[in-house]
Amino acid sequence: MNYEQLLSDMMQKDDRYMILTAENRSAMRNISNTIPDRFIDTGIAEQTMVGMAAGLASRGRIPIVHALATFLTLRAFEFIRTDIGIANLPVKLVGAVPGFLSDGNGPTHQAIEDVSLMRGIPTMNVFCPADEEDLILGIEKIFPYNSPFYIRYNNLKPVVKHSPFEIGKAEVLFEGDIMILTYGLLLKEALLAREILLSENISAGVINMRSLKPLDRETVSDYCRRSDLIVTLEDHFITGGLFSILSEMMVFENISCEIFPIGLKSWFKPALLNDVLEYEGFTGKAIAHKISKKFKSDNNLFKLSW
Amino acid sequence: MQQKSLLELEQISFRVREHIIRMATNGGCFLGASLSCTDIIVYLYYNYLNITKQNLKDPSRDYFFLSKGHDVPALYGTFAELGFIDKERLKNHLKTNDFIYWHPNVNIPGVEFHSGSLGHLLSVSMGVAFDCKLRDTKNKIVVILGDGELNEGSIWEGALVAAAKHLDNLIAVVDRNKFQANLATEDLIPIEPLDQKFKAFGWNVFFCNGHDFNNLNEVFNKLPLGNGRPNIIIADTVRGKGLPSIEARADRWFCNFTQDEINLLLKELYSKGKTNLTSETLVVR
Repeated sequence: MNYEQLLSDMMQKDDRYMILTAENRSAMRNISNTIPDRFIDTGIAEQTMVGMAAGLASRGRIPIVHALATFLTLRAFEFIRTDIGIANLPVKLVGAVPGFLSDGNGPTHQAIEDVSLMRGIPTMNVFCPADEEDLILGIEKIFPYNSPFYIRYNNLKPVVKHSPFEIGKAEVLFEGDIMILTYGLLLKEALLAREILLSENISAGVINMRSLKPLDRETVSDYCRRSDLIVTLEDHFITGGLFSILSEMMVFENISCEIFPIGLKSWFKPALLNDVLEYEGFTGKAIAHKISKKFKSDNNLFKLSW
Repeated sequence: MQQKSLLELEQISFRVREHIIRMATNGGCFLGASLSCTDIIVYLYYNYLNITKQNLKDPSRDYFFLSKGHDVPALYGTFAELGFIDKERLKNHLKTNDFIYWHPNVNIPGVEFHSGSLGHLLSVSMGVAFDCKLRDTKNKIVVILGDGELNEGSIWEGALVAAAKHLDNLIAVVDRNKFQANLATEDLIPIEPLDQKFKAFGWNVFFCNGHDFNNLNEVFNKLPLGNGRPNIIIADTVRGKGLPSIEARADRWFCNFTQDEINLLLKELYSKGKTNLTSETLVVR
């Protein structure tokens, strides 16, 4: 089962679903032929596409809207916020090649503030799947959900067997003294980092933060209270993403714990994905090294100050 | 639908203008733009569109979208006359106990979609038009655009896409009052020749006098709905129409008058005299 097959099945069963795309057809190559009536390609016109989606939703449709994540969340931002956000319409926004997935495109195509922008809209929800299996598990629940949703599209091959998806629930994959919280394609690197840390006798666990909004406050606050160190790992600006989400939550809930953010401070070096990860220090090995260094220096500081 | 006579339409328009003028105090409203599209809105609701108090939620109704949302007093004044809302409710303008403020809100019966940010409701109305065509229903979809609003890139993006998708149930009306906020359109960002622009984009283009009910009736009834092209009517209008002391003035866009001035303007509406207005003009956006 891939994205297009599932979407196609859902559309066959329920004629409320409509596809809109701003000439971004990479995720669905055949639906324009099999269900042409409910497939609208607006051309490279993201604002018009989002406005039309709002109009269609006001008539009872569930528009599934596709564009590159940058142009969807940035070019059409005010249309998303004003026409979908204020009206609270159940439009589903699917942003392609977010974060490091933009490879060699360069900063124009780097959606690394998309989570920040979308979660800032009061009625909007945010889903960041770790891989194709996670994506499929998520959209089965999210597409029929009666609220707007941003989906940070990612169809990379699965790296782990996922548990069923629930809106507002994190997926705890491994427990540990240090907890690595991540989303999207970096889950794979987090799992590699965990193994390296274990080989150094550092106990690290991993949580897949697939539902960034609504946040699984219960699970996350619980781990914040009882972990030695919380690592937030994301291919997103540190400002506005998971690190910010956690920081806000901790202040609200009066939790004090150490957070180590691994994310982007600026735009990243454009290259093929594996080379980007290497260059920017986001391979499992580089992540493990950063965490291990941080953990050891924290412990040294603790001893010195004592 | 029972058609109103020319005389009846004129009487209704006077009453709607009274409602509008009464909103131009205690905080004020966009008086000039509201008065320029009053007659178009009155004509559409009384003699063209299938929209009644009873069918506001019926998917077979026609649709009306006010993309230039700042002239909402004209819409609410019409709604009050139609009985969609109680006339007394207009006194809640800018009060926190209601939803009546400078731009449309969907909590007011009859408002299809909120607006205020320019350049949005062309695409939203296109989504509705697309769905109506897909379901093969005969709804007419009318969207009013401001001439200043045509500065927005999203209008031209939408104009391309509406033609490409053959949205021939869509009728855009440009309230061509020749002014945007503080300046004449042609002095800032000239939009003429407007008809040629839309023709080149693949639309059916018509002109009308936006204050002449006979002419409005004639033009709307000759629209070639269903011919594969979206429709646009460029309605020649006057900013501030009905109040000679503010007509066609660049500095009478947003107006907040004293109660005394409002009383004089209400007299001016019927007597055609001129009021000596001393309230500060507002030229900032």
